[in-house]
Amino acid sequence: MKLLRLRDTDRPRLALTLDGKPIEALDGDTLLTALLAADAVFLRRSEFGDGPRAGFCLMGACQDCWVEVEGTGRVRACVTLAVDGMKVRRG
Amino acid sequence: MKIAVVGAGPAGVRAVEVLVAAGHRPIWIDEAPDGGGRIYQRPPAALRRNARELYGFESTKAAALHGCLDRLKPLVDWRPETLVWHIHPGRKTLYMLNGGMQATAAYDAVLLCTGAMDRVIPLQGWTQPGVTTLGAAQIAVKAQGCAIGHRVALVGTGPLLWLVAHQYAKAGAQVAVVIDTTSLASLAAAAPGLLRDSITFAKGLYYMGSVKARGIPTVHGAIPLAIEHDETAVTGVRFRDARGREQRVACDAVGMGWGLKPESQLADLAGIPFDFDPLQHNWLPERDATGRTPVASHYLAGDGASIGGAAVAELAGARAAWAILQDAGRAIDTAAVRRLDRALARQRKIRAALERAFPFPVRLAADLADDIILCRCEGLRAGELRAAAVSDLNRTKALTRTGMGRCQGRICGVAASEVLAAAVNQETATLGRLRGQPPVKPMPVTSLPAREHAA
Repeated sequence: MKLLRLRDTDRPRLALTLDGKPIEALDGDTLLTALLAADAVFLRRSEFGDGPRAGFCLMGACQDCWVEVEGTGRVRACVTLAVDGMKVRRG
Repeated sequence: MKIAVVGAGPAGVRAVEVLVAAGHRPIWIDEAPDGGGRIYQRPPAALRRNARELYGFESTKAAALHGCLDRLKPLVDWRPETLVWHIHPGRKTLYMLNGGMQATAAYDAVLLCTGAMDRVIPLQGWTQPGVTTLGAAQIAVKAQGCAIGHRVALVGTGPLLWLVAHQYAKAGAQVAVVIDTTSLASLAAAAPGLLRDSITFAKGLYYMGSVKARGIPTVHGAIPLAIEHDETAVTGVRFRDARGREQRVACDAVGMGWGLKPESQLADLAGIPFDFDPLQHNWLPERDATGRTPVASHYLAGDGASIGGAAVAELAGARAAWAILQDAGRAIDTAAVRRLDRALARQRKIRAALERAFPFPVRLAADLADDIILCRCEGLRAGELRAAAVSDLNRTKALTRTGMGRCQGRICGVAASEVLAAAVNQETATLGRLRGQPPVKPMPVTSLPAREHAA
């Protein structure tokens, strides 16, 4: 999955990592936006072996975009704003 | 008198406006950082655009609501980014989580304005990255300035389907196809009822017309068959058109949804009884036209009580606030209340016409193929539910784990009901509904104990 940025792309850059690899985000991105507008493709794998997941509702209800943020723990990527320096692991 | 209002969308804002004008200082709680609800969700500060661009036709309403919200914040006990995860009607207490900290708030009266979310029917391939709800597709563009893909197919029915298609096209996203499961005949049959509100009708036609005028392929009365994908991306959507021909459209993302359903978990925990509304095809908490419920001191307004849209939510929020004041023995503005009652009665008729225009396609859910994932939390397939089906949704949940996952059945509940109803050959309404459980959303067991008890 690749989100397409349509506007407001002149925002300050933020540097994150996903599973140790650098991800460039924009100020105001949620973690979900930051990761899927970069090249993360997916956010977690189903515990039941049916494949990758990348969120579904984007409003904090479906719980299908869980990722781990170092120092914070498990968060919903769709309602968590990206912060410069965040170290994220797939959920 | 301690009044609590849960939710800061259109209903919550107009309710608090009435309460503050009457001299009250309610505790006002919202899960989002800046209120506004879903329809008037505000983007994070870094990408805040002007209201006209963000909200289109509704920009005046959005600006008015945001202005009201901002004016009210310093006049109330404002609690943003706070989840109400439980309500105890006997103790009249709300249980909240904010920034990893627990808190409670006691109330004498509470108004729940908890909003709605997409009503979803699973399709082959719907758990793949690149597939979202229509609401999610809209949030991506409104709050994050992004499309869910480069070439987006929109599937489902209802006003939101056409609104999202219009918004995507206008924002410069490529819409590959709009697949509406409702036939044009159904729309035409409902048109006389919709003419009661020529503005609603004109907007609906405008969105549909705008999509068609841009040359976006549109299909009415189609049956979606599958979302195709490879290991990393969605590759297309297959459907059968109204003439029975199978078609495929290439795309790299799909937004899907069939109307909305109330986020009514707190109403459930408050002990408010529910009825199945056959027109909306939703379970709705019982409340009268004023927002009063069978549980004294507990009031409901907005889409969390019954799907009516933003305009109804504003009216219903204000109306419920007056009910709270009246029940507390306070003076009320009878002229204002009469105006609200009249406007709400008129809106109910328009809404009924809208529901008839875009009916929930029961068969599409009931006929889900056995191998389609039904409950995405638990990876459970429709055939597994059918194999264990008994004449009670909660019993079937216990046997199969359908709806027992982290979303608590928010996503799969509607389709699970229809699959089960067809499997046991009973009416949906006789099987019960998935009961709410605290916490209404997952929270860390390491969250810290209450730092305060609101007086």
